[in-house]
Amino acid sequence: MSDIKKFMYLNRRAPYGTIYAWESLEVVLIAAAFDQEVSLMFADDGVYQLVKGGDTSDSDMKNFMPTYRTLGDYGVRHMYVDQASLDARGLTTDDLIQVEWEDWETEEEVDNIVEAVDTDKVSELLAESEVVFSF
Amino acid sequence: MADLYTVNKSPFEKNSLESVIKFSTPGSAVLLIEDGVYGATKGTTAESMITAASDIKFYVLASDLKARGISGDRIIDGIESIDYAGFVDLAVANDKVQAWL
Amino acid sequence: MKFTIQVNEGPYQHQATDSAYHFTKSALDKGHEIFRVFFYHDGVLNGTRLTSPPQDDRNIVNRWVELAKEHDLDLVLCVAAAQRRGLVDEGEAERNGKDATNIAEPFRISGLGQLIEGAIQSDRLVVFGD
Repeated sequence: MSDIKKFMYLNRRAPYGTIYAWESLEVVLIAAAFDQEVSLMFADDGVYQLVKGGDTSDSDMKNFMPTYRTLGDYGVRHMYVDQASLDARGLTTDDLIQVEWEDWETEEEVDNIVEAVDTDKVSELLAESEVVFSF
Repeated sequence: MADLYTVNKSPFEKNSLESVIKFSTPGSAVLLIEDGVYGATKGTTAESMITAASDIKFYVLASDLKARGISGDRIIDGIESIDYAGFVDLAVANDKVQAWL
Repeated sequence: MKFTIQVNEGPYQHQATDSAYHFTKSALDKGHEIFRVFFYHDGVLNGTRLTSPPQDDRNIVNRWVELAKEHDLDLVLCVAAAQRRGLVDEGEAERNGKDATNIAEPFRISGLGQLIEGAIQSDRLVVFGD
């Protein structure tokens, strides 16, 4: 059987200007079937991926923002956001979507797995991961 | 516990080098490849960022330096120039590889 | 050690696929195992059999093909990324009603699960991109 590894998906790019944000999300969705320990890290322009209220109707692009809200159902327990990247962009966690999570077995519920962390914590979380995916 | 971080873009194009320096843990190795090798050159506004990061060991890929006409004497002191075999060795010696694109 | 290599960019546009190729070759020369080379995003374009680069430049697709044949490498193009970018094998042509195929042997088209499996089964994942 496979080992369980700590996976970290590192997101550093804004949505829509390039496809990396969406295609990295597709990896997360598929990876759910593999039962690994999955976290997402949003840093630099990656924090823009979680800003709520985007409307792509005039851009004729697929709005994949609602997909982030479902990540709790895809085995993602943590969505970390670099606080300094938010600050640099004039954002706060109030500007970001909230993502619910529930453990189906224990019925433990978390209202929001989107969590701002400081620089040292970002370093620590990346260092603790066993695999880092970059897009 | 230490990782190998790769940086492939110039510090004047993207903030990836800056971010790696910020987020890496002491004892980490940072390898500059492709356009990232420009970050290894002396006399740029990025030089102080590298020299200040005293708890990181920096490496630069020799073939990418050579392609860009950057000679050894123009590399910041202390940055070690390696080849792909060295790159592989770094990937093995460190716990994992993080690509900061 | 066992490596999985991820290539995020297409041939010539970015250096990523060159760096990935040289790393892969060096790892093999040193006796390491390459579990899989997984091509994602525009990286799937490395799998086309229809490039005609200038004679005086490296042939990126052929280089991967030769290395794969020599070392029995598993070169995988992500199906979702391939569908978006028009890389088609027999199965995809039939499924999606396309009148041609264009991938170079021995590249194969498969799902993102192959990348995840690679990351699980390998000692190191090394990503090359932009």
